[in-house]
Amino acid sequence: MSQPTQEEEILAQQALAEAARAEAGIEVTGGLSQGQIVRKRFFGHTGALIGLAVFAAIFLLAFTSVGAFGIPGWWKYNHVDVSPLVNDGVPTSSLWPLAWGEHPFGQDRIGRDLFAMTMRGAQQSITVMVLIGAIAGAVGAIVGGLAGYFRGWVEAVLMRLTDVIIIIPVLLLAAVVGQIANRRDEGSWIAGFASNNGVVILGVFLGFVLWVGLARLVRGEFLTLREREFVDAARISGASNARIIFKHILPNAVGVLIVNVTLTMSAAILLETALSYLGLGVKAPDTSLGLLVAQNQEAFATRPWLFWFPGLFIILICLSINFIGDGLRDAFDPRQKKFKAKTAVETARHSSTTAPVADASKGS
Amino acid sequence: MTDNASPEPEATHLETESDKSARGAMVLEVRDLSVDFGVDKKWVPAAIGLNYEVRAGEVLAIVGESGSGKSASSMALLGLLPSNSRVRGSVKLSGKELLGDKSGNIREVRGKDVAVIFQEPMTALNPVYTVGAQIVETIRLHNSISPDEARQRAVRMLDLVELPDPEKAFKSYPHQLSGGQRQRAMIAQSLSCDPKLLIADEPTTALDVTVQAEILDLMRNLRNKLDSAIVLITHDMGVVADLADRIAVMRKGVIVESGTAQQIFSNPQHEYTQALLAAVPHLGQGADTADVDVTAALAAATNTELESVDHDELVRRELENQAALKTAAEEAAKPKGEPVLELIDVAIEYPKQGRVPAFRAVEEANLVIYPGQVVGLVGESGSGKTTIGRAAVGLLPVAAGSMRVVGQDISAAKRNGKQLHEVRRDIGMVFQDPSSSLNPRLPIGESIGEPMYLAGVAKGVDLQKRIETLLDQVELPRGYRNRYPHELSGGQKQRVGIARALSLQPKLMVADEPTSALDVSVQAKVLELFQNLQRELGFACLFVTHDLAVVDVLADRICVMQRGRIVEQGTREQILRNPQEPYTQRLLAAVPLPDPEKQRERRELRAQLMAAGIE
Repeated sequence: MSQPTQEEEILAQQALAEAARAEAGIEVTGGLSQGQIVRKRFFGHTGALIGLAVFAAIFLLAFTSVGAFGIPGWWKYNHVDVSPLVNDGVPTSSLWPLAWGEHPFGQDRIGRDLFAMTMRGAQQSITVMVLIGAIAGAVGAIVGGLAGYFRGWVEAVLMRLTDVIIIIPVLLLAAVVGQIANRRDEGSWIAGFASNNGVVILGVFLGFVLWVGLARLVRGEFLTLREREFVDAARISGASNARIIFKHILPNAVGVLIVNVTLTMSAAILLETALSYLGLGVKAPDTSLGLLVAQNQEAFATRPWLFWFPGLFIILICLSINFIGDGLRDAFDPRQKKFKAKTAVETARHSSTTAPVADASKGS
Repeated sequence: MTDNASPEPEATHLETESDKSARGAMVLEVRDLSVDFGVDKKWVPAAIGLNYEVRAGEVLAIVGESGSGKSASSMALLGLLPSNSRVRGSVKLSGKELLGDKSGNIREVRGKDVAVIFQEPMTALNPVYTVGAQIVETIRLHNSISPDEARQRAVRMLDLVELPDPEKAFKSYPHQLSGGQRQRAMIAQSLSCDPKLLIADEPTTALDVTVQAEILDLMRNLRNKLDSAIVLITHDMGVVADLADRIAVMRKGVIVESGTAQQIFSNPQHEYTQALLAAVPHLGQGADTADVDVTAALAAATNTELESVDHDELVRRELENQAALKTAAEEAAKPKGEPVLELIDVAIEYPKQGRVPAFRAVEEANLVIYPGQVVGLVGESGSGKTTIGRAAVGLLPVAAGSMRVVGQDISAAKRNGKQLHEVRRDIGMVFQDPSSSLNPRLPIGESIGEPMYLAGVAKGVDLQKRIETLLDQVELPRGYRNRYPHELSGGQKQRVGIARALSLQPKLMVADEPTSALDVSVQAKVLELFQNLQRELGFACLFVTHDLAVVDVLADRICVMQRGRIVEQGTREQILRNPQEPYTQRLLAAVPLPDPEKQRERRELRAQLMAAGIE
């Protein structure tokens, strides 16, 4: 063990000092748990907060406006309704004076409302994202955790499996799955399901492909954590393998997991967009952001708003998720801290003390 | 003025000492140096208003505990601090101001005028270049000479630091050298440009005692040869006593006391210095028995004469030792009962992993621990001492021989099997690194209670009560139950570790270097606590450590390990007063004493041991 650096010392001492201060206040007080500290740090991260706010706004807007799961929304059109062209399809919304209008994002050539279509697309993107995050996170954690904890043949088998999945090109595989899911004539259950929930099939499929990167990261984390002495201590205490994995190691690996699931999710949105753009993802008459961009790329010169609005939402969702992921990473890793010298406050307390330094002892 | 009281003779003595060092020119002058770190939008001072100077040929030791700012202030001299730090004050190197200088200028100074020896030579040397290439690089950065000349100079430097085969060392990569050789190579590199000032940041902390003694010898020789000023940063009073001319004691960012080595050791003024000196465990000054004069014991065992000690006096001290040994031997022959831990011809292997073949770490180990006995297992790194400790709690399999723990033979027990599960209810273990041995996500109350919960001994309110009792026993406030490990200091964490190990009231406790990661004063408190608990609860203990002085405080019996074998074992008295094995003698002689006078004797003895060919 090398000696801790001065900075780490200071961090530890700060925590100590805080504890001492809390002590003075209330006798029996619960200390801050790791989770509480992470939350506090996360909410001190401006970028992450903005990301969270933007994402929450988009989420609410997308799911309430056109409705979801059979519940109607507050917007008067949906993504398939055709209505007469208003203002030749040009967006009716304006910033000054602030007005919403009949078709705020405009209409396409046959008169479908672009706002409704964009909201539906955003819904699809968010659904895919959540599915991929959940499935890839769960599978990755389980595979990586088992491989890292048990080593030996378990690790060999699981890791070769991830190697095999890693080398399969996602686009090709997606094309095949897309083909199967779109043979509606055959009337198989998967086709029937896919015709209604194309995006769910896509999300599940991508989730079962994208866990490989996570599994490797989690395995690495488990490999380091299982050598830590508290694991030995737990074993001597008589803990079973399951208890060691779930109570002792996994909570310590959760930071890596959450951060990387978040970042995988933002990549997943782009992947769904790309697949839909290539015609392998969501199929008309349903729509998604990628599909909207693809369908309207020829209209870029004449009706540019058909391209801009879906594109804007792709960027907004991706950026906000990335900012959240960034904030989470900073929150989980105390070394990733920013310090502004100009706004810093002077303190007289030395890093290794909880009481003010006595001046009498100075420089004797 | 004429009739000054008692301090007078000492003061004149000190005067001459400082006169002697004053002949060197002033090399480093530090005035009002303050270092702050930015943490959470606040400037937190790490060092406040430091003033000191170092002259050529002088060794200034900056002593303090971790977090006292000793390293931070020294790294600030060279501008080697991270970006969230701030340095104020003035640092003059031979009259030239270093602080506030342009980065290009300070780069000129680094390596050429000021060199640094780091704590960990393995990480301070670049593993992808040979040692020679790295020294040549340093030389050619600061001198315009040809590669051949630089090479010759590098080999000369390697020769200077007493590496056995400089040519071979030149071509070696860092991982091909041993720890001591690496540190020598580091010293060669730092000295290659003939620096005016050498900053040694804990240069021997990562090394074994015998290697440490060699490096300290080397540094002393070099100081005499090179006439550089040396700033020695350390927490080890023994190292300070061995090397330093002057000492500055730092605490909480402030120099609380400074003076010559003589002054500080014989007449410390500040209470903190006194406490620091009192906390250092002296080899041979065990808790309740009489002091053991290790120097005399060694001299007797090896038939050497010391120049610095009068012959008659040495004989007297040797006789004293023998008398004490006799009484101790009588005491040791008491009846003992069923052994708690028994190793018979045990061999322990680290199992084969992938292409790495199995490694036999311990061979033919024989060891018995009776109830209530504390056995110290001493050895250098890689001697297999920790391996025995881990095998005793069933964390490593036994490859051959038989190992009986609390009456059960676990040498054939299945990993995580039922038998081990049973045995572990009677064992506790305290780990080396307190910050790694507690789960950072569990409140410490839960960590302490886990063994009881899993053993089904207690649940609910009863469990909480027991946790509180344990916290009381290790002298921690009960309110700490809900705290998390990161909120505790190192010493407090180690107390929690002890509480957890005690929670099932074990018959056998295995302590794996429980104090090596702690500061001296904290170590002293933890050892005292451990000792009290052991006396109170009467568990048997296998105490693994590399520090002879620590084992001396605690242990009834001492086992010395070398290269996977137990080379000598006996009672504390037998080992300290009459060491038989050359290795034990060497180990004892290498432990630096926190007293310049005694250390001088010890050093001479060690030199004679080496000369006598006891390698």
